[in-house]
Formats: sequence, C-alpha cells, structure tokens
Amino acid sequence: MDHIDWNRLKTGEVNLGTSIMAVQFDGGVVIGADSRTTTGSYIANRVTDKLTHVHDRIYCCRSGSAADTQAVADIVHQGLQMYSQTAGEAPSVHHAASLFQRVCYENKDALSAGIIVAGWDKEVGPSVYNIPLGGGLFRQPWAIGGSGSTYVYGYCDATYKEGWGRDETVTFVKNTLALAMARDGSSGGVIRMCVITEDNVERLFVPGDELPKFWEGREVLGATALKNRAADKGVVPMAVEA
Amino acid sequence: MASVFSSPGFNFSNELRNNFISDKGLHLPKATSTGTTIVGCLFKDGIVLGADTRATEGPIVADKNCEKIHYITNNIRCCGAGTAADTEFTTALISSNMELHALSTGRPARVVTAMTMLKQMLFRYQGHVGAALVLGGVDATGPHLFTIHPHGSTDKLPYVTMGSGSLAAMAVFESGWRANMERDEALSLVKAAISAGIFNDLGSGSNIDACIITASSTEMLRNVEMPNARVQKERTYVFRRGTTAWKSESVRDLIVDETVTQVLSTGAGEAMDTT
Repeated sequence: MDHIDWNRLKTGEVNLGTSIMAVQFDGGVVIGADSRTTTGSYIANRVTDKLTHVHDRIYCCRSGSAADTQAVADIVHQGLQMYSQTAGEAPSVHHAASLFQRVCYENKDALSAGIIVAGWDKEVGPSVYNIPLGGGLFRQPWAIGGSGSTYVYGYCDATYKEGWGRDETVTFVKNTLALAMARDGSSGGVIRMCVITEDNVERLFVPGDELPKFWEGREVLGATALKNRAADKGVVPMAVEA
Repeated sequence: MASVFSSPGFNFSNELRNNFISDKGLHLPKATSTGTTIVGCLFKDGIVLGADTRATEGPIVADKNCEKIHYITNNIRCCGAGTAADTEFTTALISSNMELHALSTGRPARVVTAMTMLKQMLFRYQGHVGAALVLGGVDATGPHLFTIHPHGSTDKLPYVTMGSGSLAAMAVFESGWRANMERDEALSLVKAAISAGIFNDLGSGSNIDACIITASSTEMLRNVEMPNARVQKERTYVFRRGTTAWKSESVRDLIVDETVTQVLSTGAGEAMDTT
C-alpha cells in the first residue's frame, strides 16, 4: 500500500511554516519564533505571535497547522487553569508538556502540530520539552522546530554551550532564528522572544529590518565583476595595426 | 416498527441515493459562494468593516446585491466569505448564542467570546463548514478585529482582508493604513480596498457595504458606494408595433360569467381581530 502522509496540511488550511526554538539557561528559559503564517504561498499574517501562554511561567511555541495548534493550546490552557484551581499550586512544566503530549499522541492521525513547551517551575527550575509530529515527549536543554529548523541544526550543534547566562542565550536564539528565516521561505517577518524566569516573563521584539545579518552574498558573475577583474590584472587591450 | 435506538453522529444514508442519481446525470447544484472581498480596519475610535455585494454560483452572479456584513450583537458585526449558506447560518447561530450568553452573564458580550465560539465550531467541523470571517466590534475592553479561517485558526490584527479579492484589498491596506486614523480616512481606505477587490477580482463586484463600530454607536452603511450602477442604454430597443406580421386574430374573454356583490362593512375594524 502506498505510504499515506497523515501529517500533511489539508488544502486551504493555514500553515504556521515556522522557525521556533527554546533554550534553557541557569535562571530560566528563552523561547523564540518567527512571525509568518501562510495559506499556500500567501502570507495570511506577517506578524503572528507563535509564543502562546498556557500558564504564568509556562509557554509553548507552535508550528504546523495554525488551527490545530491553536485548538490544542486552548485545551491545555484550560486544563492547566483547572489544575491550578484544584491542586492549589502552579503546575510543573512537565505536567503541561504531558497534557500537550496526551492530546497530540491520541489524535496523531488528525493533527498536524509540532510544539515546544518551555517554562520555569519551582521543583525543577527551567526546562524545555520538544513534542514533534508523532506525539513523543523529549526533554532537551535546547530544542528547535518548524520547517526552518532543518537549516540551522548544524549552526546550533556547533554554537551551543552549557552554562550561558541570559544575554548569551538571547543572542543564540536571535541568531539562530535569523539564519533560519533567511533560508526558509515559510519563515520570516519579525523575531518574537520571551525570557521566562522565576520572577517574570519578559517579551522581546526584533523588527524585520533589525535582524542580525550574516553572509549576504555577492554577485560573482556579471558585467561589474568582469570589469573589476580586468582592471585588477592590468590587462591592456592589444594594439591593432592600422 | 419504529426503532427506539438513535445512533449518534451523522446519517449518511442519502449518499448512496445521491451518488446513484449523480451517475444518471443529475448533479447536485453547486453551493453559492460569496467569492468576495471583505475587509476590516482599526481606527482611532473603533472598527470599520467593509464588503462587496456579489454572490456567485460558479461563473454566474447569483445575487448582485447581497449583504455580507452580518449582525452578531449591537456592537459586533461579522463579514463572511466562502460558502454563502455556511457564513449565513454560522453567524446567525453565534449571534443567537451571544444573546443567551449576555443574558446568562448579565454583561454585554465581548468580541473574544464571539471569536472563541466561532473558532471552536469551525474547528469541530474540520474545515467542512466553508466560512472565512472577519469579526470586528467594540466592547468593554476596547475595539477588536479578528480574522477566522474555515479550519478554525484565528489572527488578531489591526487590518485584515479575506476572500478571493483579499490580495487586491491587502495591497491597498499595506500602502495606506496608519495607526489612529480619523473616521473619514478609515472609511475612504476601506472603500478603496473594497474597490480594488471589485475591479480586479472576478469573484467580487457590484456595490460597497460598510459598517462603522465605535463605543457609542454602530452605523451600518448599506450600499455606501455603488460604482457599478447600470448605465442608461444608448438607444431604445423597443420593437415598433407591426414589426411582426400576423395572419389571423381571435380575441376571447376569459371571464365567462361574473356577478359583483358589495360587501357591507358592519363597523370600524370589526371584521378581523388583528390586535
């Protein structure tokens, strides 16, 4: 039987395309995302907020189908509100991630959702959980997701170091997302980040024209290039005898 | 004998019959689609919503002047694009539920409530309810503008466009929108956006409807601009009497026998009780 791609978006469904990531550091976590939502090749929302609040110190990054991830996040948000009322205390990040996992795994054939859950709780401190398409749960010190993440695995593996402080982690997230947005067509717009610590949640915003710049490329072939080359080598046209 | 067991879920038994009839050559009528350009825009005092008025059935214009700005509550309106029946019934259902919600909570309803009701219903139907909506209104927390896609995803933005003419309208918004516009500026921008859709998109046309919602009032401007009014024909096409020759004529009275009786009135307003 031919392989059926269950996780493909249905026609007309709004796609979060996306580059998302979350990184843990000593005092908390930094989460970040791009801001592009597409319907086919049209950008339905160029300033999307993909960092969704599910509890005071627990946020999730959404990638995949916009409708599916919004619905799942709403369900978990309600579940955590109920938990904090009945248990009388803030839920742990692990608990939030388990709720996400339960919904994503049990409805895996109907959903197209890749979620990263990150936050701070008093038992464990900061933590990051990656829940990719099939509904598995993976705790990691840093996690990347979305279509743009494929382009930056190498950069992240080469750059990440343990023991960073808040500012170094924010720079890491910003640079990674900028690189992913530069190469992935489904990612772009602005960079939105959240720094979640015991004391508060701080939102950071990097507008599209202030993204970190890397190799911008230079035209190799073309009239200007040829002209420069000729001048460099001091080539003089041959004299033609009259 | 009637069965006491009613199975949950939908009854698809008509599908067999429909497929059989379809195979014989009689196809189901195509759902009327609103094609459409609908827009919403935030300005200093509230929200301006705009829509064109063409409803299409495939390539044919089914309604030249339909209303696409639906009532949700006094200060909340919803423009609908997609399948006309779906937008009509979905907005009517949520409007009804919003009224009940307001009575139950004792508070005027909020735009986010309507948005949540709409998105949860559309998500439940997994995109089969073809309603793409622009929801806007002003409530106790201020003015809000949302866009809701058929699969149930929502976006909260200061200016939005939906429908087949959305790209044309968005081009106008992207070049013209500024924060804190005055009412007249916002209305002209919305009219320009809808015009872009009407003249550049085949699925949109006819007239422009607008609705201005502020904290104190909601003003529905039906047919605020009619840029496609039928022009006076250049010549008269009436055929002169005698154009068609006839060979014989026969006139017959349809009323064979008739007697007219006066009905006497017995008193003022006695005939029918119409209180």
